[in-house]
Amino acid sequence: MATFFGEVLSVYSRAVDEDEEELDENEEDEEIRRQLEEKREVNLHWSPEVSESLKSGNKLQCSDFILAVGHNAARFLSVYVLTSENWDAVGHASVWNERSRAATGITSEEETACVFYRKKDNPSVLICQVTCYIAEDQLFQWTEKVFDCLQHRELNVTVLSDSSVAEYKTADYLCCSSAPFLRSLHTGAFSGQPVCQSLEQPNIVTGLPAAVLNHCEVHRIATVVYQCYSDVTGPDSVTMETYKPALTKLSKSIQLDPAPSTDVLRKFVRTTNIQSNLYI
Amino acid sequence: MFISSQNSAPSFKDFTLVMPAVAVGNVGQLAVDLIVSTLNMSRVGYIHTDCLIPMTGNNPYATCKEDAEELHTPAEVYTAAELKIAVLQIRAPIIQTKSQKFRQLLVSWIKASEFSRTVVLSSSHAYQRDDQQLQSTPLRYLVTPSLLKVSADALKELGWKEMERVSAFPGLTDANTEQRLYIPGGGITKGLYTDSCAEDLPLAVLLLFCSEGDNIPDAFTLVNHLNNWLHLLENPSQKSNKWKIPTSWSLLFGSGIPPALF
Repeated sequence: MATFFGEVLSVYSRAVDEDEEELDENEEDEEIRRQLEEKREVNLHWSPEVSESLKSGNKLQCSDFILAVGHNAARFLSVYVLTSENWDAVGHASVWNERSRAATGITSEEETACVFYRKKDNPSVLICQVTCYIAEDQLFQWTEKVFDCLQHRELNVTVLSDSSVAEYKTADYLCCSSAPFLRSLHTGAFSGQPVCQSLEQPNIVTGLPAAVLNHCEVHRIATVVYQCYSDVTGPDSVTMETYKPALTKLSKSIQLDPAPSTDVLRKFVRTTNIQSNLYI
Repeated sequence: MFISSQNSAPSFKDFTLVMPAVAVGNVGQLAVDLIVSTLNMSRVGYIHTDCLIPMTGNNPYATCKEDAEELHTPAEVYTAAELKIAVLQIRAPIIQTKSQKFRQLLVSWIKASEFSRTVVLSSSHAYQRDDQQLQSTPLRYLVTPSLLKVSADALKELGWKEMERVSAFPGLTDANTEQRLYIPGGGITKGLYTDSCAEDLPLAVLLLFCSEGDNIPDAFTLVNHLNNWLHLLENPSQKSNKWKIPTSWSLLFGSGIPPALF
């Protein structure tokens, strides 16, 4: 939808797809559909040690689960948390959908797009970085499967999530200096005080953070989502730093690297403007 | 599945359920928003299912700062016990491949909850009306045989128009051409109706022919139409200001504009 000033807003086409007639499908169609469904299944791959204990019925003892969704959130953890402490990669989730690359040579990408880390000296702290696209029909399943592996008692979930400032609605015109900024959203079971302002109506959260919040709301798990609205499309260090206050509450279990070296940062911040050939 | 948000499971026995179908212009959903916000209904539970696209936000019906911070999910059930009304609000589109599963879930929940009747608020593409449909009000209804048994008199009194069956192949004058129910853009409306007929559920569909755009006036038309039957608001006047617009309807056309522009 375009506004009076020609800005294009991302709104759902509200016309409903023609699902009027349920077509009589032949067996072949059904078979293709079934196979596609199977291929779209979310799979969790845990390390031998973890899968052993899951098999014997012991869920992962977890007091803090930190989930980072999006490139900035994931790299924030890479730069400020995962370098400074000893973490073990304990597993990854593999997701296949229409945006997945062709089958050749993707194994490495697939294995790094959604990884779980556990702290060595305090195994009840779990981190997950998600940088891949998870389709709408896979979000619910991802959440169910992951939370099915976690012990729910005394579990605290913190979700860091990237978003574009263009998706943020406010009656006052947003001055360009205000971005990036954080907004929070928490479940009824969350008793603390979020470190930033709550997300105002009519703004909503979608995607994986929404799936996690829905799951935790109905299962009464203390969860807070920190959504970072940024005006930069690529990963950048200013946006990453915005997440810093979100983890201060967890200082008991997670220490932030106070000043990561530029070398570490450089490794993670790709200079996107060089790759753009718009203004050569 | 239904999950109670309170400690004890609520009883819906003999309640009337009002729910939207996610359809053209979201008219049913907007109308349901008006009902929940005007009657100050309280949330009693969620429909937690993989059939809906996940979304969430703070309280869409917030009236003051204190109740603004409350998480809401894609499908929730509200009640007004004194009116014996329950409302299911659906805030997200249904995942296309799972619409049949979603219908089955709804039908079995409605059955198990023992609602006395169910009213589905829906809409259909205005541009697909045939000649006879063009020539009258844009509002139509459908009832299942089991609801017709008990509500025939009330419906007669209201003088409503039933949704016409249209010929499957317009233009063919063959006397044998079958007449079928056709609700383009109505989402699960037709499926839910036929399922309810088969399951002998007392269910009515109220629908409005509309186009996408600013559908707020359509929502008022539909909710006033429903009010003529259910009398949710006493002393009904056709003026729209009887209904309370929820805070979540703000900024429907985007954010504020830069003041330096003028």
